[in-house]
Amino acid sequence: MQTSALDQEHDVRRILAQYKDRPGPLLEVLHAVQGAFGFIPPQAIGPIAEGLNLSRAEVHGVITFYHYFRSTPPGRHVLKLCRAESCQAMGADALAAHAEARLGVSFHESTPEGHFSLEPVYCLGLCACSPALLLDGEPHGRVTPQRLDALLEEAEAGAGGGR
Amino acid sequence: MTTIYVPGDSGALALGAEAVSGAIGREAAARHLDVRVVRNGSRGAYWLEPLVEVEGPHGRLAYGPVGAADVPSLFDAGWLQGGAHRLALGAFESLPWFCGQQRLTFQRVGRTDPCSVTDYLANGGYAGLRRALSMDPAAIVEQVTRSGLRGRGGAAFPTGIKWKTVLGQPPGRKYVTCNADEGDSGTFSDRMLMEGDPLSLIEGMSIAGIAVGATQGYIYLRAEYPHAWRTLTRAIAAAYAAGYLGNDVLGSGRRFELEVRLGAGAYICGEETSMLESLEGRRGEVRVRPPLPAVKGLFGCPTVVNNVITLATVPLILQRGAEFYAGFGMGKSRGTLPLQLAGNIKRGGLIERAFGLTLRELLYDYGGGSASGRPIRAVQIGGPLGAYVPASQFDLPIDYEALAASGAMLGHGGIVAFDDTVDMARMARYAMHFCAVESCGKCTPCRIGSTRGVELLDHILAGRGGEHALGRLEELCELMLQGSLCGLGGMTPFPVQSALKHFREDFSAHAQH
Repeated sequence: MQTSALDQEHDVRRILAQYKDRPGPLLEVLHAVQGAFGFIPPQAIGPIAEGLNLSRAEVHGVITFYHYFRSTPPGRHVLKLCRAESCQAMGADALAAHAEARLGVSFHESTPEGHFSLEPVYCLGLCACSPALLLDGEPHGRVTPQRLDALLEEAEAGAGGGR
Repeated sequence: MTTIYVPGDSGALALGAEAVSGAIGREAAARHLDVRVVRNGSRGAYWLEPLVEVEGPHGRLAYGPVGAADVPSLFDAGWLQGGAHRLALGAFESLPWFCGQQRLTFQRVGRTDPCSVTDYLANGGYAGLRRALSMDPAAIVEQVTRSGLRGRGGAAFPTGIKWKTVLGQPPGRKYVTCNADEGDSGTFSDRMLMEGDPLSLIEGMSIAGIAVGATQGYIYLRAEYPHAWRTLTRAIAAAYAAGYLGNDVLGSGRRFELEVRLGAGAYICGEETSMLESLEGRRGEVRVRPPLPAVKGLFGCPTVVNNVITLATVPLILQRGAEFYAGFGMGKSRGTLPLQLAGNIKRGGLIERAFGLTLRELLYDYGGGSASGRPIRAVQIGGPLGAYVPASQFDLPIDYEALAASGAMLGHGGIVAFDDTVDMARMARYAMHFCAVESCGKCTPCRIGSTRGVELLDHILAGRGGEHALGRLEELCELMLQGSLCGLGGMTPFPVQSALKHFREDFSAHAQH
C-alpha cells in the first residue's frame, strides 16, 4: 500500500478528474481515495479541497464525521466486529474481549507489527447469524472464540477465501 | 442440464455458501455432470443456510444446512434426481415455516437469479411499470395511496401522501431517493431484498419517478453492505441494457436515471434530511424541518425519500391493484411486513406476514423459542432506538398503532430476542453509548445528553447512586425526548425508559452490591 508522494498526488488528481463534475462529489472522491490508498492521506486534503472548490476545513470535517473514513493506514487485515444488540444477545461481548486479548489491542487500534486492525461496527445485517464479523470485507456468522482464532490464523498465514 | 441454487446472500456467505458453491462446481466437473449454479438470494431461513436447492425431475428440492464437506455425499446420493440424503428437506415452499407466510414484497427473493432481467420478467417483474406507463401520474399516486402502504423505514408515513406532495410541486428538477442506510441493528430485510431481488427496488423507483415527474434517482446505500452494492450495481447495469432505465424507458419517451451512492458508516444518515446532506457530499447533519424534503429536498429540489421495502412493494401494488394489497393487514396497518427475527432465537430469519400476528406467534411458532433453550425475557423491537418489551406483553399484535399504544414502536420490523441472562441495565447503557457514538452533534440534548447518560449508567452499574441516580436518568430521558432535533436523541430514551419501567430490578440489583 506504500506509494510515493508523487504517485499519490497523481492518483488523487485522476480521481478528482473522474468525479468533480458529478453532483455532490465529495463522498465519492473520498471513497475512491480510500479505495486507492486504504486510508485518506492528510496531504490529500489540500488537493481535494482545491479540486472541488471547498475549504480544507470542510473536507476535514467530512472525513472526521464518518466512521468509515480513516486518516491513518489500516493493518494488513481489518477485523470489524459487530457490537450491536442481536450479536450481544449471542455472546458478542465475550467475543470482543477474546479478540482484544488475542490481538493485544483495543478497538480502533492496530497490532504493533501492523498485521491486524480491530474496529467496532454497529450491525452488518447478519443478525440472524449472530455474532457476526467482517474480516477483510468477507462476512462470517455464528463466530465462536475458537472460530475467530482459526480465521485470524488463516489470515495471518495468507490463506484467502474463508472456509 | 440441472440448475442448482446456492445463495449469494451475505448471510449465507457468512455461513460458508461460497465454499459450497465452489465444491459443487468442482464435484460436478469431476463427475462430468451438466450443472448450472445460480447464486440466488436467501429464502430467509438462516438456521438452514447455506440452503441449496436443486431443480430436477421431482421439482425444486431443498437441502440444508449444507457444508462444503457434504457436497460429495450429496452427489453420491443422487441429489440431481431427488435422491434421499440426511440434509434433504423436500420442497422448500412446503415447509410449515414457509407456507404460512404471505410473501408479497419478498415474492421472488430466494427463488430467482437476482440480476437476470429475463428471470425477473418470467416472475411477474415489470408488469407494474408497464401499467404505470399507461396511467396518468395522479392515478399512479392514487393507487399507492389507496393501497394503504406506509413508509417501511420506521416512520410509517403514508407513501401516497408523500408522493402527492412531490407531484404537486411546480414542474422542474425533482428526485427520487431510496434510503438504503439500513443502520437499525436487528434489521436486514433491506439487505436481503437488495441482494435477492434488486430489480424490484429499481422498478419501484422508476414508477416513483414517473409518478412524481422525477428523472434522476439515487440509492443511498450503507458502506457496511459491500455485497448489496455489487448486486445493485450489476442489476442497474442489466436494467439499463434491457431498456428499463435511461432516457427512454420502455420506449415511452420518459426518462429515468439511477445510481447507487455509498454512505460511510454514519447511523444518523438513515434520518432522511441527514441522508440528503450526505448525498450532497457533506457531513450528515440533520436539517431543520420544515421545509419537508418533498418540497425542498436533494439539491434544494422536491424529493421523494422512501425506504427500500416501501419502494420494492410499489411494483406489486401497480400490478395487482391497490385493493389487493390493502386486503392484507389490520386497522391502519395495511399489507404485509417483512419481519426480521434475530438475537437469541433458534430459527432466526425473515418472515413476511400481514400485520396482526402476535409477538408470541413470531417468537415461538416461527422462531422456535430461544437459541439457548432458556426463557425469552425481553425483545427489542425496531432497532437500537426501539423499546424493550417484556414477556408479559408477547400477545401484542404486530401493528403500528397497537405497539405505539403500549409504548413500543414497530420501526423497520426488526425483533431481537434476549434470554433471561440479559442485564437490562447494561442494555440501557448500550443505548446511551450508541447514541453518543452516532450523534451528529448538531443539537445539545443528543450530543451531551447521551454522554451524560452513559456516565449516569456507569454510576448505577457500579452500585452507586441508588434511587436518586435513577431519578436523574429519568429526567435526562425526558429532556432528550422533548428537546432533540431528530429521532436519534429523541428516541434513545425509549430503550432506556422501557428497561427502567419493565426491568427495574436489574438497575437496583447493582445498587445492592
